[in-house]
Formats: sequence, C-alpha cells, structure tokens
Amino acid sequence: MHLDSKTPSGPLHEKWDKARFDLKLVNPANKRKFDIIVVGTGLAGASASASLAELGYNVKTFCIQDSPRRAHSIAAQGGINASKNYSNDGDSVRRLFYDTIKGGDFRAREANVFRLAQVSGSIIDQCVAQGVPFARDYGGLLANRSFGGAQVSRTFYARGQTGQQLLIGAYSALMRQVSAGKVELLPRREMLDLVMVKGRARGIVTRNLVDGKIESHSAHAVVLCTGGYGNLFFLSTNAMASNVSASYKCFKKGAFFANPCFTQIHPTCIPVHGKYQSKLTLMSESLRNDGRVWVPKNPGDSRPPSQIPESERDYYLERRYPSFGNLVPRDVASRNAKDQCGLDKGVGETGFAVYLDFANAINRDGHAAIEKKYGNLFAMYDKITGDNPYENPMMIYPAVHYTMGGLWVDYNLMSTVDGLFVLGEANFSDHGANRLGASALMQGLADGYFIIPYTMGGYLAENSFDDVSAEQAEFSDAAKQAKEKIQKLLNVNGKRTVDDFHRELGNVMWENCGMSRKNSDLEKALGQISSLREEFWQNVKTPGTGAEFNQSLERAGRVADFMELGELMVKDALSRQESCGCHFNEDFQTDDNEALRNDKDFCFVSAWEYKGKDKEPELNKEPLVFENVELTQRSYK
Amino acid sequence: MTKNISVTLIVWRQANSSDKGKFETHQLTDISKDMSFLEMLDVLNEELTTKGADPVAFDHDCREGICGMCGTVVNGRAHGPNKGTTLCQLHMRTFNDGETIVVEPFRARPFTVLKDLAVDRSSLDEIIMAGGYISANTGGAADANAILVPQDAADEAFESAACIGCGACVAACPNASAMLFTAAKISHLALLPQGKPESAKRAASMVKKMDELGFGNCGNEAECEAECPKEISITNIARLNREFFKSKFLSDE
Ligand SMILES: Cc1cc2nc3c(=O)[nH]c(=O)nc-3n(C[C@H](O)[C@H](O)[C@H](O)COP(=O)(O)OP(=O)(O)OC[C@H]3O[C@@H](n4cnc5c(N)ncnc54)[C@H](O)[C@@H]3O)c2cc1C
Ligand code: SF4
Ligand code: FES
Repeated sequence: MHLDSKTPSGPLHEKWDKARFDLKLVNPANKRKFDIIVVGTGLAGASASASLAELGYNVKTFCIQDSPRRAHSIAAQGGINASKNYSNDGDSVRRLFYDTIKGGDFRAREANVFRLAQVSGSIIDQCVAQGVPFARDYGGLLANRSFGGAQVSRTFYARGQTGQQLLIGAYSALMRQVSAGKVELLPRREMLDLVMVKGRARGIVTRNLVDGKIESHSAHAVVLCTGGYGNLFFLSTNAMASNVSASYKCFKKGAFFANPCFTQIHPTCIPVHGKYQSKLTLMSESLRNDGRVWVPKNPGDSRPPSQIPESERDYYLERRYPSFGNLVPRDVASRNAKDQCGLDKGVGETGFAVYLDFANAINRDGHAAIEKKYGNLFAMYDKITGDNPYENPMMIYPAVHYTMGGLWVDYNLMSTVDGLFVLGEANFSDHGANRLGASALMQGLADGYFIIPYTMGGYLAENSFDDVSAEQAEFSDAAKQAKEKIQKLLNVNGKRTVDDFHRELGNVMWENCGMSRKNSDLEKALGQISSLREEFWQNVKTPGTGAEFNQSLERAGRVADFMELGELMVKDALSRQESCGCHFNEDFQTDDNEALRNDKDFCFVSAWEYKGKDKEPELNKEPLVFENVELTQRSYK
Repeated sequence: MTKNISVTLIVWRQANSSDKGKFETHQLTDISKDMSFLEMLDVLNEELTTKGADPVAFDHDCREGICGMCGTVVNGRAHGPNKGTTLCQLHMRTFNDGETIVVEPFRARPFTVLKDLAVDRSSLDEIIMAGGYISANTGGAADANAILVPQDAADEAFESAACIGCGACVAACPNASAMLFTAAKISHLALLPQGKPESAKRAASMVKKMDELGFGNCGNEAECEAECPKEISITNIARLNREFFKSKFLSDE
C-alpha cells in the first residue's frame, strides 16, 4: 500500500501555515453536532479533550485510572522543551528542529518535527496561563535549564515534577469542560476494541473496570491517546497500567504499526534489586548536569566507592566524549553503561550498576545549592534504596523508558484507518529512532492543544457521515468478541500467574531486543516468544470472573497483547539491517562502536500491516525525504 | 546486608460496595526489606492466585509517589507510618521481623469501597470541577514571560500544587473533611497572578461543592497535615478561609 503522509508542499517553515489554511473549517454552529471519543487522559488526551470541547465538539473521554489526573504523564520529572530562546543562547525554531531530527538519528519526518518546534513556544504560554508553576528566576521571569544532550538552555521545569504540573494544568482545563457539560468523563474504563462502520472508525467498546460491564460508544471520530508500550518489558519506568492493548486492537483493525522496535532505554534508573521487583524508578537525567558517571578502572574491584582513589576511577563518558561528557544522548549513555558492566566493572550487589557521583558538585556549589536543584530526587533515591546520595554516589542502570514506535500517522495525525487519530506517545511521530529528553511532554501537548483542534476540523468538514448508533450490529459484534476473549482468558485456568508470564516475556525481550541486538539473538527470541505465547493460552491462571472488579483479568488482557506485539517488535528489529539511534544492531557499528546507519537502504519508516491471525504482517515503507538537513553521522566526541 | 523478614498481614476483604466486608489474616515469610509495601502485596497476591484464592484488590499505578492512586490505612495511619511518604514509597525495611500489619481501605463517608482496599474518590474530581482551574481557553495566551511571578510566589504556589489528590487527608480527618485538598488547590491558584481574578469565586464554589458532597467541616485537628504524603501545609486552609471570606463580600454585590 502506498502511504500518503499528506505533508503539505512548500518551504518547511510555511507548511503548517499552508496546512491550516487548506484544512476546511467546521461551521461553529455545527460543531455541537459532532461527537468525538478521546481515549486516554495523559498530556495528549487531556489537552485534546479540553481543546476540542472548548471549540464546541461533544467529547467523551476515557481512562483506566480512577481519575484523569493519574495518567502516566504525571510521573515525568525533568522538563519540557520549547524554542523560546529566553536564555539568548542561540536557540531558535530551526535549532530545536535540527536537534530533534539529529537526535532521532534521521528517522523522523522533517515536516512534523519542524511543526513541533514551531508550536513549542505556544505550549509554554498556554501552560503559564493555566497556572502551571514553572521555576522562575529572582526577577520573576521563567527559568530554563539545559537537558539531555542539548547545548542550549531550552527546558522549562517545575522542580522534578514537571509532568505532574503540566498534567494538572491540562486536567484542570479538562475538568472545566466536564463541568460545562462539553466533556463526558468515563474513568475506570478500558478500551477493548475499535469499532469500524463502512471503513471508518466510529466508536469503541470498553469494559467498566468496577463492575465488568461491556459498553459500546459511538462517535464521528476516535482519538487514541493511550501512551507507550514500554511495559512489554515487564520492568520499565512506566506506570503499571501502561499498555499497548488499545493501539494493538486498532492495528488489528487496519491501523499500521510504525517502527515498533524503537524503544528508548533511559540511562539513569535505580538498578534492579530482586525478582519481586515490580517496576523501575527513573532518576531524572537532569542529574547528569551535575553528576559524574564512573566505574572502577579495574575489573572486579569490589571496594566501596569511598575507598577507590581518583586515579583508579574511570569517568568513561568524559573520557570518550570530551565535548558532551556526561550529557551524551540517552542511547549512547545507556550502551556505554552496559558495556562497562560487560567488562566486569559494574558496581553494587548485582554488578549491573554504575556510579553517578555528586561529590564534585557538592564541593563546588555547596550542599544547599544541590539540594535546591535536586532535593526531591535525592529524597526519592534515599527512600527507595535506603542510601544517602549526598554522602555516597548514586548507583544507576539503564531501563526501558519510552517507545518511539507506535501507530503510524500522517501529517494530520490520522492513522491508516479513516477517522482514527493517534496522539502523544501512542503514535510513532516525531522522535525518530531516539527521543531527546524533555521532548515527549512537548509533543503530547503540541498534538493535543495545537494540532488536533485543526486537523480534526478538517476531517469532519471534508467528509459526510451516516448516522451511527451504538446499538447497531458492528457494535454488538465487537462487544460480543470482546466478551468471548475475556471468557477465553478465564477458561484457561492453568497454573502460572499472569505476572509470571509477563516477567518471562520481558526477560526475553530485554536480553534479545533491548539495548543492543544481534541477528542471531533476534531469531532465537522469535521462537521463544511464540512458544511462550502458546503456553500462555494453555496455562495462564486468571482468577475470578469477568463481571467484577478484577485486576488480574485486566493484566491478563494486556499481557496477551504484549505477547503478540513482542513478536512484531523482533520482526521489525530483524528487518532493519542497520543501526540507528536506540536500535543498535551489533553487526552494524562504526570503529568507535557508534550506531552505523545505512541511509541508502533504510531511510524509511517501517509501517507494519496486520494480515490476519497466523499470517505474516506486511512491511510497508514510507520513504523519508530530507530537504532541509544533511544526513550526518552523529558524533558526540 | 539485607535480611528477609516475616510478617502477619491482617487485611480488609470486601467483595464489592454492598458487601459487609471482614478482615482476613495471612502469614508472609521471606519478605525482602528492600521490597516496597505494594511489592509485598504483589507477593501475597501471587500466592493467593496460585492457591486458587481471590487476590486482594488495591489501587496503584506510578509506584513512585506521584500519581496519587495508591493509599490504604496501615496500622491505623493513612499511607503507613513514615512521614511524607505514599504507600508505594513505603518499604518493608520500616517493619520488624514478626510484626503484625493491619491494612484497611481509606474510610470516609464520601469514599465508597469498591473492592477490598480500592475506594471511589471521584468526589475529589467533583470538587475540582467546581472551580479548581483558571478559565483560559487554548490559544488565547499571551507570551509566557508577559506575566512576572516573583520567585517566592512561584515557589509557594508550587508547594500547594504538589498535592497528588490521594485523599489521605480525608481518611485521616475525624470529620472526613476535604479541607486540605481543597485549600491546596485554592492556594495554588490564588498565589499566582493568573489565578487571582477568579480566586474568591473559586473558593466559594469549591467549598460549597465540598459540603454538598458530604465532606465534613474542618475542626482544626491537623491530622490531615500529619498524614499528607506531600506535606501540604495546613496554612493553606487559612488562605482558603481568607478567599472564602472575600467571596462573602462579593456575593453581596
Ligand atoms: C518516569 C518518567 C519520566 C519522564 N520524564 C519526562 C520528561 O521529563 N520530559 C519529557 O518530555 N518526557 C518525559 N517522559 C515521557 C513522557 O512522560 C510520556 O511520553 C508522556 O507523558 C506520554 O503522554 P501520553 O499523553 O501520550 O500518554 P500517558 O500519559 O501514558 O497516558 C495514557 C492514557 O491512556 C489511558 N489508556 C491507556 N490504555 C487505555 C485503554 N485501553 N483504555 C482506556 N484508556 C487507556 C491511560 O489511562 C492514560 O490516561 C517520562 C516518562 C517516564 C516514564
Ligand atoms: S492534601 Fe495531601 S493528603 Fe490530601 S489529597 Fe493532597 S496530597 Fe493527598
Ligand atoms: S502508586 Fe502512584 S502515588 Fe503510589
């Protein structure tokens, strides 16, 4: 199938303006005749729901948690980028665009990324107007910091709780519209399927997580804002309910899944403790502004850090990357940590950790200054590990954090299914093969506040719609299938718990399709996943019934989809015979062990098409054309 | 270094909101002190599931103290014994070998138990709906630096905005008042120039809603402040009262 990205013609900086002019408008009086379903209330879903409702559409908004304010976005710590150039240090729309394209190792669409940089400033304006308490300078102006590999200070932040404050802003705008009667809020609901009528997305089927009721909802369009699928790896920094099920069900209904193997591994997380571990906690990478990463020079050195003299420490990032030092991009920092541990220089009880040391910064700036900057992060570390990072260096290790892959969308954020839009982390969007720090919050809010309000209008105005009701056959069929799937899970009544399967799947993926990949491992993983999936359907134990509050059942449904997506991820990784960004295939590397791209053969987006049960998915390619940047080998030396 | 412990867990079981509910006792051995409290419950649930029993339902999501989804009463205290700590951030190293731990849901009139330890706290969302926002439609905002906010005001607003909406303050209050939660939101917005125009009206409307929903009055017991995992200060309540008082004048207009 030919993938039409619908990128507007003309010079890069005029494309979005042109698109907005070309998109038809919905007559203001007609907006109330359109119903829109928004699934998800993270930054993308809450901002989209509020903005669409403000325009006059009828919005129905769904989330898994008991309140929209608890979406996974709440946990983002470090900050949000915008090319305001308030710091006067050389930032511009073009520089943010370039950094994002380069950071993504030239595997994102130019026009989308440029638009993201263009609207970034308005996001900050909007958030301030809502009362987001960003950090300020003494004079009362907004403060900025440099973050995650950027050489300019363009990151806005609210201590270590930026995601929380941004989400509360979007949530309050959403609740204002709920109160105005323009949004109907349905929390504790899980989307189980997408409903298509005459080839268009016209509704969803959900499960009420309190009483188990299967419900159908119709609309003129569906906006999926269901976040990323990092939890496939069992251990990740994502919230426990983060999942792929909504996206995966849409994949099965015809939405292409793009670049599924692009997974970001974050370099600074608290290391794994034991088998009971349920999730991993991120330590914001803003810590790398002042913390220095090191391991002992000598393999097997098990002395406590305080007894290892300076001369026997290896500050390997500073040594290998003199100009970026500890601030190299995430994928580079993560891989280096893994390599050091592979050389038997890892520290801590398991040997899977490196030090992040603040002694220099504390000596230089004083305890109080460091506490002001990072107090809550240090306290969090102390709480989890029982160790004081003011006195001993932190121990950190990489963990799965973010998925750049997701449903394929065109310039208007519409998937290959008519009327199904995908926003935020759930789409494949703007980050290419690697996302820069502080860019996900920016993208989620750009999509929700400033892009979907225009492109949704265009879709609704350009098409005519049949009347559809949630009582008609397409809905009752989808509901019936959803019920059967639930019953099938409950009927297995085997011996192993859902978590036990999930842990094993995560382990297979982490070992073979994680930080660095090899063709032979990937081939092996394919077999392992398919036999694990087979066992799952014969031996999983899901207690209780479908007609009650049943958290095991919720997890079982999500893990069943992870089992299928895992295979797609591995296939995607195998088909991309190059290294780029986070996708590091050991067979393709430079002499300096950096990712070696193959622009001649792989400068495209991989968009996978579902072909039916037990059939091979088909790979479609959207060629990436770069007219405004030169494709260079990333170098952070 | 780490030593594993054994604990006796007395946990509240209730099939649904109409069930009467009862306590159930479980012995757990070989619990690592590095486990979080919720991971200990995971271990219990894995055991129950394997035995064919119904696992204990409890709400949780981020497991890093920020989403506000978790929360139960542990040995009589909301979120357990540690100051400024959510349940998910409470670790088993806080407990002694052989200790008995009683776990109950947050109890308050406006919170219904859904199952076991999971409660319905949607009344807190309803309080926010009554005015916990600044009326700023998308698109109309001026440049972010057009509004100067003194650093101390921004810091103070942030302190109030740090509330995670967990409802522990309500569960801890003998009157089931939601004053700390409501005051935190009113303060966050009243402290910022952007939020000032609506602040008196906001206070009146949110307090009215709180009363309608059946939350009790504030009796200055300060239990809320003691149990709040984000250490939201009770001085916020004084600020709420000031805004509420101003609104009395406004309503006479
Ligand atoms: C610990 C951590 C720190 C981070 N820090 C930063 C940072 O500093 N800067 C930055 O830019 N990015 C950061 N990120 C990344 C960023 O937070 C996320 O990418 C972003 O918040 C995702 O937002 P979202 O709106 O797309 O989805 P989410 O916030 O994940 O929301 C998903 C929503 O979908 C709902 N949902 C999911 N499935 C279903 C279903 N089947 N049915 C119904 N509802 C469903 C959920 O209930 C939820 O409401 C961080 C991520 C993590 C894990
Ligand atoms: S004030 Fe504290 S205890 Fe009350 S909801 Fe907010 S964070 Fe929870
Ligand atoms: S699970 Fe999010 S605060 Fe505890």
